[in-house]
Amino acid sequence: MATTSRKRPARSAKNSEELLGYYRQMLLVRRFEERTAQAYTEAKIGGYCHLNLGEEATVVGLMAAIEERDYLFTNYRDHGYALIRGMDPGRVMAELYGRQDGVSKGWGGSMHLFDTDVRQLGGYGIVGGQLPLAAGAALAVSYRDGDEVVMCQMGDGTTNIGAFHETLNMATLWDLPIIFVVVNNQLGMGTTVEMSSAEPELYKRASAYRMESARVDGNDVIAVRDAAKVAVERARKEQKPYLLETVSGRLKGHSVVDPAAYRSKDEVEAVRAQDPVAGLHDQLIADKVADADQLAEIDADVHRIVKAAVEFAEKSPAPEVSSLFDYTYASPVPNDSRRLPSDPLFPVGA
Amino acid sequence: MAVMSYRQALHDTLRAEMLRDPDVFLMGEEIGRFEGSYKITAGLLDEFGPKRVRDTPIAEEGFTGAAVGAAMLGLRPVVEIMTINFSLLALDQIVNHAAKIYGMFGGQRSVPMVIRTPGGGGQQLAATHSQNVELFYAFTPGLKVVAPSSPADAKALLLASIRDNDPVLFLENLALYNTKGEVPDGDQPAEIGRAAVTREGTDITLVAYSRMAHVALQVAEKLASEEGISAEVVDLRSLRPLDRPTIIESVKKTSCAVVLEDDWLTYGIGAEVAASISDGAFDYLDAPVRRVAMAEVPLPYAKSLELAALPSANDAVTAVHQTLDAVGRRSVGAH
Ligand SMILES: Cc1ncc(C[n+]2csc(CCOP(=O)(O)OP(=O)(O)O)c2C)c(N)n1
Ligand SMILES: [Mg+2]
Repeated sequence: MATTSRKRPARSAKNSEELLGYYRQMLLVRRFEERTAQAYTEAKIGGYCHLNLGEEATVVGLMAAIEERDYLFTNYRDHGYALIRGMDPGRVMAELYGRQDGVSKGWGGSMHLFDTDVRQLGGYGIVGGQLPLAAGAALAVSYRDGDEVVMCQMGDGTTNIGAFHETLNMATLWDLPIIFVVVNNQLGMGTTVEMSSAEPELYKRASAYRMESARVDGNDVIAVRDAAKVAVERARKEQKPYLLETVSGRLKGHSVVDPAAYRSKDEVEAVRAQDPVAGLHDQLIADKVADADQLAEIDADVHRIVKAAVEFAEKSPAPEVSSLFDYTYASPVPNDSRRLPSDPLFPVGA
Repeated sequence: MAVMSYRQALHDTLRAEMLRDPDVFLMGEEIGRFEGSYKITAGLLDEFGPKRVRDTPIAEEGFTGAAVGAAMLGLRPVVEIMTINFSLLALDQIVNHAAKIYGMFGGQRSVPMVIRTPGGGGQQLAATHSQNVELFYAFTPGLKVVAPSSPADAKALLLASIRDNDPVLFLENLALYNTKGEVPDGDQPAEIGRAAVTREGTDITLVAYSRMAHVALQVAEKLASEEGISAEVVDLRSLRPLDRPTIIESVKKTSCAVVLEDDWLTYGIGAEVAASISDGAFDYLDAPVRRVAMAEVPLPYAKSLELAALPSANDAVTAVHQTLDAVGRRSVGAH
């Protein structure tokens, strides 16, 4: 176990390109989430809606460490992962809008983004629900002697649920190629890590399952990527699970509707001071990788992508009511109920 | 056609499916080295090895969910949960995940898995080990629930369940494992979603599933031979989907029905059957639909209390008598 700290990358041309690429991705998450919050307040988006604001470096760093063939499972705070993993931003926004062209055809919403083409297999709204599933996916990979790995993201609060412990135990017992990532944003709704976790250094919990683990600065995209790469390598080459804890902050409430009145001003200020997007912006300028105009150009570009995504979502039709019974079962069976609320069970007068 | 036990039919079918399809594998507590709490998987670890007969830790939520995830990647796990009581620890993975993944993600990946688990009281196992909670699963769209009552159905429904692309809860019963019956040779899966008329009759319909469908046949036999009452038996076989048309057809013929169920009466499977009959055959009914169900208590250990609480063949006969008496029809068949 090790606590990885930030190493400033050498300023080669390649690194500059890479950093600018990450900056663009982080900004895409930032702008997409800001626009999502706006659409939510305009009542274009319903249900629960959780944003990755403050987690941009973590999201981008993690996604840089896995490959196309790998699988990803996340919790409900999933928009950023979907965008960086390669889901079409328009189809992600259409899903938030509950439209036919949404990645889950309007059946899942914000918490349930799923796109089998990019191997992001949900988006799960039940805390901890994705852990056993991800372990099962890793089991399937190993059953078939595959070389894919499974990344399973979760929040800090999730380390207290039974499924966490059951799954970590199985992952070690069965040599599963899986990386558990605890995105420690220091809060589960209004509950702090110290309030809920007897061992608040969450990465240490892996030791109870003889699992390698590390903690990394979640506001540093390169540090996250490099730490995740170590974990991915180990899972892929040695068929061993790994737990990586990233530490960052939540810039807004738990969900769009949460004003986070339980947080002190100082606390919020401290999180803002660590804002990973602003941090990378300033670092790029200080390191002379780019000037402010170039970064503003990237921002304008990202704005266009987000604007196009919203336009796509606005235009996408609502799902047809006639499709209501299309996805109850994959194998059709007789006597499957297809009645709407006021339909009689049997034809009247028959 | 061979005569064999319900247990043997399950065992042989699991083995045949594992030989047929390398993607079929078994997971559960004590299924390998211990050969299964009820020995359904006896010998399979030796034959297929630990990759395909996977002993799990005592972690129902964890291993059931792992089976769901493996199924999402196209494998066909068959999970054994020691008894249905313990499935309550896996409710989240069964109800919130297995049942939802196909629909909630717009049909992108299905979950072809089977959960085998026995229900059943009457073994003096007391309250936490004697429940029949299949209702929880039968209530849930996205799941399929089947409940064979004979060795032949154990085979045919297990074949169908393993080959189906949706999560199927396959309800077994402790009291049925040693029952024997004829099992057809060959490879004929049943159709999930279809009930069966396991005995034809004209005076009254008995609707039941699992152990009580077995009891219903004995009751019908007795009513015929001792009293000349002709009872028709509808074995539901599939609790979700529920084959209402077969129930209604039968009641249209007999004009009265008794439901026999091993679960609790209030909100139970029988309530759904009775409501369906009132919807589909109201004009044909001569008497209210009666339900014979478990007493509404946590099942006690003491044999005297346990026997009193569980529905029996005698209870079924009493309910049939009362139903036919109420409409003055018992004399019709009696000699
Ligand atoms: C089983 C379950 N219990 C409670 C909830 C309600 N809930 C939703 S998110 C959340 C907090 C989770 O915190 P954490 O794991 O840190 O994730 P974060 O939201 O910070 O990303 C709770 C309690 C839930 N969705 N599922
Ligand atoms: Mg959190």
